[in-house]
Amino acid sequence: MGEKVTLKIWRGDAGQGELTDYRVEVNEGEVILDVLHRLQATQAGDLAVRWNCKAGKCGSCSMEINGRPRLACMTRMSTFDPAETITLTPMRTFPVIRDLVTDVSFNYAKAREIPSFTPDPSVKLGEFRMQQIDVNRSQEFRKCIECFLCQDTCHVIRDHPENERAFAGPRFLMRIAELEMHPADTADRREIAQDDFGLGYCNITKCCTEVCPESIKITDNALIPMKERVAGRKYDPLVWLGAKIGRRPRHDTPAVPGGKKS
Amino acid sequence: MTDIERLPYDVVVIGAGGSGLRAAIEAREAGLRTAVISKSLFGKAHTVMAEGGCAAAMGNANPHDNWQVHFRDTMRGGKFLNNWRMAELHAKEAPDRVWELEAWGAVFDRTPDGKISQRNFGGHEYPRLAHVGDRTGLEMIRTLQQKVVALQQEDARQHGDPEARIKVFAETTVTRLVKDGERIAGAFGYIRENGRFVLFEAPAVILATGGIGKTFAVSSNSWEYTGDGHALALLAGAKLLNMEFVQFHPTHMVWPLSVRGLLVTESVRGDGGVLRNSEGKRFMFGYVPDVFRAQYAETEEEADRWYTDPDHNRRPPELLPRDEVARSINAEVKAGRGSPRGGVFLDIASRRPAEEILRRLPSMYHQFKELADVDITKEPMEVGPAQHYVMGGVEVDPDSAASSVPGLFAAGEVSGGMHGSNRLGGNSLSDLLVFGRRAGMGAVAYLDSLDEAGGRPAATDAALAAAQAEAIAPLERAGGENPYTVHSEVQQTMSDLVGIIRRESEIKTAIAELEKLRERAVQVSAEGGAAYNPGWHLALDLRNIMLIAACVAHAALERQESRGGHTRDDFPGMSPEWRKVNLIVALDGDRVVLRRQPMKPMRGDLLALFDRGELAKYLTEEELPPAGEEKS
Repeated sequence: MGEKVTLKIWRGDAGQGELTDYRVEVNEGEVILDVLHRLQATQAGDLAVRWNCKAGKCGSCSMEINGRPRLACMTRMSTFDPAETITLTPMRTFPVIRDLVTDVSFNYAKAREIPSFTPDPSVKLGEFRMQQIDVNRSQEFRKCIECFLCQDTCHVIRDHPENERAFAGPRFLMRIAELEMHPADTADRREIAQDDFGLGYCNITKCCTEVCPESIKITDNALIPMKERVAGRKYDPLVWLGAKIGRRPRHDTPAVPGGKKS
Repeated sequence: MTDIERLPYDVVVIGAGGSGLRAAIEAREAGLRTAVISKSLFGKAHTVMAEGGCAAAMGNANPHDNWQVHFRDTMRGGKFLNNWRMAELHAKEAPDRVWELEAWGAVFDRTPDGKISQRNFGGHEYPRLAHVGDRTGLEMIRTLQQKVVALQQEDARQHGDPEARIKVFAETTVTRLVKDGERIAGAFGYIRENGRFVLFEAPAVILATGGIGKTFAVSSNSWEYTGDGHALALLAGAKLLNMEFVQFHPTHMVWPLSVRGLLVTESVRGDGGVLRNSEGKRFMFGYVPDVFRAQYAETEEEADRWYTDPDHNRRPPELLPRDEVARSINAEVKAGRGSPRGGVFLDIASRRPAEEILRRLPSMYHQFKELADVDITKEPMEVGPAQHYVMGGVEVDPDSAASSVPGLFAAGEVSGGMHGSNRLGGNSLSDLLVFGRRAGMGAVAYLDSLDEAGGRPAATDAALAAAQAEAIAPLERAGGENPYTVHSEVQQTMSDLVGIIRRESEIKTAIAELEKLRERAVQVSAEGGAAYNPGWHLALDLRNIMLIAACVAHAALERQESRGGHTRDDFPGMSPEWRKVNLIVALDGDRVVLRRQPMKPMRGDLLALFDRGELAKYLTEEELPPAGEEKS
């Protein structure tokens, strides 16, 4: 044990940066984050890395490891060939703050535009009754640790910042699905899912599902069922006719006005 | 000092975990302009790591449960050193706090009749923990985060600005509280992203910073747990109590070394998992202490029947309070009956079907599979104790969470008293909600009284200049020692000498070592600039870590008995005389000073919830109710 590995780490800030080579010791059972900590303690005290729990529960240490979006705390060194050079770069979809740390405020802004959980106000505290089978789906989506790796990998916004205004990304389309499938929620977010949050941009390539460290079936269980619900709401001829002759409300719950802070 | 940004608020909450967010919601709902300061990103605080659940006597799983039973369990778990008023408020209010989360969108696991499901846990007489698989903390923090967002949406509609009345300052660290005379005037700190200094000008500050785990080498705590709130309170003139009581949770991964200390939830035992030594024996049957003898099973058969028939059988000893289980594991390993990697075996594979394990313990399955190549549905886990929680904290008024410094409040792990000498699992998440809300209410009441009295406190220029000079020092100092080296030596010293089992000679050695380390800590320097520089951040955190390490060590030396999270090899017994004493820690200049403070006697109606015989195990003769006045 105590062998050395070669890392190429992107160092720099919003202005510019470059890959820098380091040789660091690795011990049995370690993950990328252990090696980064050793690097900070021995060679690069100011290396910026965002991390928190080191247990795969908080979703802070997202980065690209050999180009693949991953959590540094859950990527074991034993998965690499000892002779391999490992390249660590910040998430590409978000602006760099410093080194491996990016500005993920885009995500918090999107979260604020989605109409919140809206229960029936007449239900008193402690009187909600829901069956386990009915909450399973929302619970799957609430496993999300907000690491934003799905946002990072999604080709709609990766290298396409011009789509960021119209597209909320898999994490927040899944949040809409979670609320829509919550048995005690009364709002209707189907129209805004399409019109304001860009569900139609998703062409179900499932990259988000592939990188999800929580193994949430984002595409199959959240995005595709939402697309079906939207189709039923927006494109069903009977629903269309009902809206036309005023028998059905034209719009559902609107996106939050002024939720975007410029 | 021209480069300090000033941000005026009514209330500043330091910490964005469960108690901080709950406090902020309360203050904002009362109409106050509220700032939440988070050392990490919003939604990442240490609360996400809580696994098992949130204890609240809702009586969904067993209708016999009520606040009195929860109160009794909490006092027993804390070996009667708890602030009984806090334990009372906690037991009474926890159910409403859980139901409130549900109304804000939390999706708990359900019972067959559609209510919130409740699970068994160590020291709780009935299944009491509201939970979501084994990721309850994540559910709680996400729900509170989303409630904050809902309030921001309300402000966006009303004021056109989502941050009009509640704003989260992510990746921001407070290094000093500033005062005007005796009163709090604000909080000074830096923004991680660019290193800019900020002053939050506010008459009320709520500390919700969590614990002190990074004082120890093997801990289940995240990097934020550097005792910031404990240290800020001390430096501002407040007092800490019970700092000798540190919880070593019994079950953490022991291998691979890089994940040593990663938590293995108590739910594994609550759901049927058992502890075995290298001989395959369920050793916990040999470690039931006298005070708990009546409530725990004596045979494996009885223990196993309890899961399906709790009314006619006693609990398995694996579900003793955490301090008991941790000490027992420690003793087995010391006696040479440990597992190959220095822990013991935690076995659920042979006890429950694979599907049930996957459904109830998905995070544990994932964690062992990903990090250790162990399939917990097929083989036992190797586990051992690690630092997990600190019972000690800021001394507060139970009802308002106010400290002795006007305008300073504390809630959650940073506050002290609620859990006595040992916290029961599940009582932390409920503590955060109950006392987070109360701290918010306390701050609101304080502001009302201020406005009546006229005039808010203001920070002096001298105090600001000193805070700024202190914060910038490690960046300006060249050639000093590396902060990472000093930190790891502090952690090793505390783990080796003031850990799970303590003795006088070792604690004295630790105090001498800490003294030397403190001289080194003030001389560290950080390479690089002020923008997102972890070396600089650690250099600043070191002050807090050093201070808190000294508090723990001095209090541990003073208390000459063993109780809960404080075990003295040289004083193995529990002393009724010591039970009456709280050790109060304060600062005199830069020295830690200790004072013995008598505990307030428990109110008669609460005392009457216990049998005299049980009380006699904890209390002195004069504290006992007169014989013959047994509870009915």
